[in-house]
Amino acid sequence: MNILVLIKPTPDITKVRFDVEKGVVDRGSASLEINPFDLYAIEVAKRIKRVFGGFITSLSMAPPHAEPALRDAIARGVDRAILLSDRRFAGADTWATSYTLASAIRKLGSFNIILCGEKSVDGDTAHVGPEVAEFLGIPHVSFVTRIIDVSVDKVIVESDFGEAYYEVELKLPALIALSRPVIFRDEFIEPSMPKVSDVLRAKKAKIDVWSADQLADVADVSKFGLNGSPTRVVRAYYALEKGRETRVVKGEEGVNMILSVLRETGVIS
Amino acid sequence: MNWRGVLVYAENYSGRIHRASFELLGKARELLPRISGELFAVTVTSENKAEEYSRELIAYGADKVVEYVVEENHLTNPLIHRNALIDAIKYIKPKLVLVPATPWGRSIAPRVAASIGTGITADCLDVYVDDEGNIVQVRPAFTGNIIAHIKTLTNPVITTVRPGVFQVPSPDYGRKGEALIRSIEASGADKLRVLRVARVKTVKLSEADVIVSIGKGVRSREDIKLFEELAREIGAQLACSKPLVDMGWMERDRQVGFSGNIVKPRLYIALGISGAPQHIAGMRDSKYVVSVNIDPSAPIAKYSDLFVVGDIYDVAKKILQALRNLK
Ligand SMILES: Cc1cc2nc3c(=O)[nH]c(=O)nc-3n(C[C@H](O)[C@H](O)[C@H](O)COP(=O)(O)OP(=O)(O)OC[C@H]3O[C@@H](n4cnc5c(N)ncnc54)[C@H](O)[C@@H]3O)c2cc1C
Ligand SMILES: Cc1cc2nc3c(=O)[nH]c(=O)nc-3n(C[C@H](O)[C@H](O)[C@H](O)COP(=O)(O)OP(=O)(O)OC[C@H]3O[C@@H](n4cnc5c(N)ncnc54)[C@H](O)[C@@H]3O)c2cc1C
Repeated sequence: MNILVLIKPTPDITKVRFDVEKGVVDRGSASLEINPFDLYAIEVAKRIKRVFGGFITSLSMAPPHAEPALRDAIARGVDRAILLSDRRFAGADTWATSYTLASAIRKLGSFNIILCGEKSVDGDTAHVGPEVAEFLGIPHVSFVTRIIDVSVDKVIVESDFGEAYYEVELKLPALIALSRPVIFRDEFIEPSMPKVSDVLRAKKAKIDVWSADQLADVADVSKFGLNGSPTRVVRAYYALEKGRETRVVKGEEGVNMILSVLRETGVIS
Repeated sequence: MNWRGVLVYAENYSGRIHRASFELLGKARELLPRISGELFAVTVTSENKAEEYSRELIAYGADKVVEYVVEENHLTNPLIHRNALIDAIKYIKPKLVLVPATPWGRSIAPRVAASIGTGITADCLDVYVDDEGNIVQVRPAFTGNIIAHIKTLTNPVITTVRPGVFQVPSPDYGRKGEALIRSIEASGADKLRVLRVARVKTVKLSEADVIVSIGKGVRSREDIKLFEELAREIGAQLACSKPLVDMGWMERDRQVGFSGNIVKPRLYIALGISGAPQHIAGMRDSKYVVSVNIDPSAPIAKYSDLFVVGDIYDVAKKILQALRNLK
């Protein structure tokens, strides 16, 4: 099986600071790591490879300082990591990001299955999986909570549609966006830290860095980055704390206060 | 080309129209004077429901309902809905397309945007028209820490809107409107087959009115019973933080937060939850928040209206006792 994993290097959102003036992340505030949902995509890729054999390629579009995150991906079992990095990719919205990723996938050749995370912890749109699938003309399922079965030409998954979980069969090639926790066949998947020997091996591995020019034969370069993006963030600010005036109470008084809140809100009479 | 009016995608794959679709019709009505044009609702339906749906959608504010009548087994196929929405956009040429930001809507709408070649914003909390007449979409990002205002430069503007942020308008079954039937090809849709409903959700936290939510302050699986009883006594749904799901103590549908459910109850009672940003992202819009924590410096204090410093076991038992005394 030829398996592709989309990995977004993202900042630790508990550390990252946001430049509200410019509407962008303050790059110095946090290093980049693998988007937590994408860790599940790597784990699923490894299990599919275990069953069928094959090769796992990861694809990321990110600034150059994302490289350590890609080494982490290699340590975790990715065979080849590709980083699309160029100033001309910068400022891409989800449309331009997906267009660029899909172009690179076309350039790489054909894949049986593409795995990604359901959403990122920063942009948080959950658009990229479905948009990449659309650009490639393949089916996809988002919010996948279980891989029920994989065979050479199809995959059966369970997905959260909102009202209920549905069992869906997809013809391969297809794209699957993974939620968490996720079950592979009957195994509950939890990403674990890579072994030290794998970390050392990954340190020496080669990361392929591609520029915009390298995609010129498969894509329209004017559609990359901010230039190609149909949306614009025009203003950004920290979410307000709703201006709650917190009343702090202790012990017995706390119990009485809770009871009066229950009464005031009509929860008890 | 002139892009006018608003198109609301009415989600109904489950056999009934999702209430968020009505919320969007209400919002669209409010925006329409600034956008001009008509209000369209688009839906995919089986033949026997077509009339009922159009009546309902017109009652909630649609001027025209465009219906794609399909075979029963295509109702739950997202690719069919994708095809329908693309056809509807090309046919109507709306300025704005509103889609409920349910998992279903968030899965279909980006495909449509990619195919049409237009921008899409995700999971918005508001949509407004600014002084220059541009549509602005307001959404949280960075796990709820940041609020962004986004404009779309292309047509149509596609927006998914979080369910529950707008009011359901009161229906008027005397309203006049028009229903239009269009057909679509099933082309490409056979690459995907929905086999069956695997599991129905036993609980929908997003619709809960009162929530008792427990965190790692709970010491064992067995202990959950105490808090279950408390929730039952006050008619609340029991919810939890992520670690309890990870340990397999609670079902995933009961998790509140960034990777769980976004909730907005009248009353949220957090017991032994520290208030990590990923948890806050799921409950920050609750009307009234009570939290109980032994640690006076727990971050959740900041997001609470009432913060009780104390032991959750002790507090839960005393409340239960007091409720019994009331009976
Ligand atoms: C505050 C803010 C709000 C924004 N809102 C919007 C918006 O509403 N609409 C919009 O079009 N853009 C928006 N953007 C831009 C958007 O964040 C970027 O386009 C981003 O590169 C991709 O979107 P995402 O992070 O939401 O990814 P998601 O779609 O949430 O990611 C899903 C999965 O796709 C894969 N993936 C995503 N990005 C990459 C990548 N660069 N490389 C490899 N794999 C990847 C990963 O597997 C990931 O788990 C916003 C940006 C900011 C700063
Ligand atoms: C990508 C990602 C997504 C995530 N998504 C979510 C999500 O959707 N939802 C979510 O909840 N988390 C999520 N998390 C995890 C989150 O970061 C925190 O780890 C989690 O919310 C902590 O849960 P907690 O507050 O129950 O536990 P802890 O942080 O361990 O807090 C337990 C609290 O209980 C208090 N306590 C202990 N004993 C008692 C007692 N006897 N009486 C009173 N108080 C007591 C302690 O003082 C402490 O404040 C996510 C993390 C990541 C990286």
